[in-house]
Amino acid sequence: MSGLFDMPSYLEYSYFGLVGLHLREALIPVLAGLLVALPLAQLCVRVRWLYPPVLWVTTILYAIPSLAFFVVLIDYTGLSETTVMIPLAVYSLVVLVPAIVDGVRAVPQETLAAATAMGFGPVRRYLQVQLPIAAPAIIAGLRVACVSSISLVSVGMLIGNQGALGNMLDAGLKYDQPRLVWLSVGGTAVLATAVDAVLIGLRLLLTPWMPRGARTPAVKEATG
Amino acid sequence: MNILNYMADFLGDGAHWTGYDGIPTRVGEHIGYTLMALGIAAAVGLPVGLLTGHTGRGGNALALIATVGRALPSFGLMVLMFLLLGLGMAPVLIPLVVLAIPPILVTTYEAMRSVDPAPVDAARGMGMGEPEVLFRVELPVALPLILSGLRSAAIQIVSTATIAAYVSFGGLGRYIVDGLYQRDYEKVVGGATLVAAMALATLALFWAVTRLTVSRGVRGAGTG
Repeated sequence: MSGLFDMPSYLEYSYFGLVGLHLREALIPVLAGLLVALPLAQLCVRVRWLYPPVLWVTTILYAIPSLAFFVVLIDYTGLSETTVMIPLAVYSLVVLVPAIVDGVRAVPQETLAAATAMGFGPVRRYLQVQLPIAAPAIIAGLRVACVSSISLVSVGMLIGNQGALGNMLDAGLKYDQPRLVWLSVGGTAVLATAVDAVLIGLRLLLTPWMPRGARTPAVKEATG
Repeated sequence: MNILNYMADFLGDGAHWTGYDGIPTRVGEHIGYTLMALGIAAAVGLPVGLLTGHTGRGGNALALIATVGRALPSFGLMVLMFLLLGLGMAPVLIPLVVLAIPPILVTTYEAMRSVDPAPVDAARGMGMGEPEVLFRVELPVALPLILSGLRSAAIQIVSTATIAAYVSFGGLGRYIVDGLYQRDYEKVVGGATLVAAMALATLALFWAVTRLTVSRGVRGAGTG
């Protein structure tokens, strides 16, 4: 136990191994959430009456605490990574659907009419006009989803040590090693900030027409 | 139907309804933590959000605070505080307050900024002073959004207070954490059910408060 990043063997991973595991456990659910959210949001844009009930269901799903969600899934998926990832995917979905719907709806009617007049079909108009214009709103949603997902993975520690960096919390507390707890909290915070920064960079890349200092639209906040 | 059986067994057992580890005690503790944390967070977040929103200055600083606050993992922070401060109210309250301030602060600011400037100008033209403009014009119009910020803060607190049980605190998380250690799945599911019910009750409470406090003229246009 000399180096700062040395890990006790019962954690089964090196520090950076845990960082990798943490990223995977946090980001795969966000990706899954995005893949479901895109078509669902488009459906809500097209079929207007569908949006309020979808919003209700997502608000309710969002209110379910992560630990309760994990615990109920244990019966189906056991003490596994999947049990941690399913709720995170649901939370991401819930953040992303309103972000995408609001973003796509905010595209000016004139812009859509112009695209149609130029001969764009619905698919091309969606991919080349609506999605790019909605990109800042979608990325604002992704930022919230990623950061809260990264923070929540740690809670997975409580169900059979599935919390990646969060596993160090238990080890640190049991064997009285504050170093491990600091490393866990610091690592998680740095990871969240780094992913956040990457997404901000992505927005700048994707929306070169936007003024640099422009504020992104506010997004619904995430649950703990 | 397995889960439902566990729920019924746990909630149906009379022994779970009395005493030190009884459901009423745990619910009371959970509500206590939630109210305290929400109270402190609102006492900090609301005035700052209202003032910055009213003057329109400090938006970037707020966004920065919110980003940092969100990046801090609440579970890790709780364990860290417990390690540093020992058993006491502070290790639970600090992470909960840190968690709750960003949504309150940012939503309040955004709510104030999104108030239509025309009625605000009209109010000034009628001779209202700044405090009057703030409390009699901007606040009532911004109220639905402000309440939605408080709502997500409250829901996050309810859900994160569950995890406090891991660092030897009471509240409904006790059942989940103890149940997991004792391999008593009935207790775990019972606890999860109660936590979820409490989150949904919070949602319902805020819905009712919104109905009662938001003026009828605003309700039609406001976001819920």
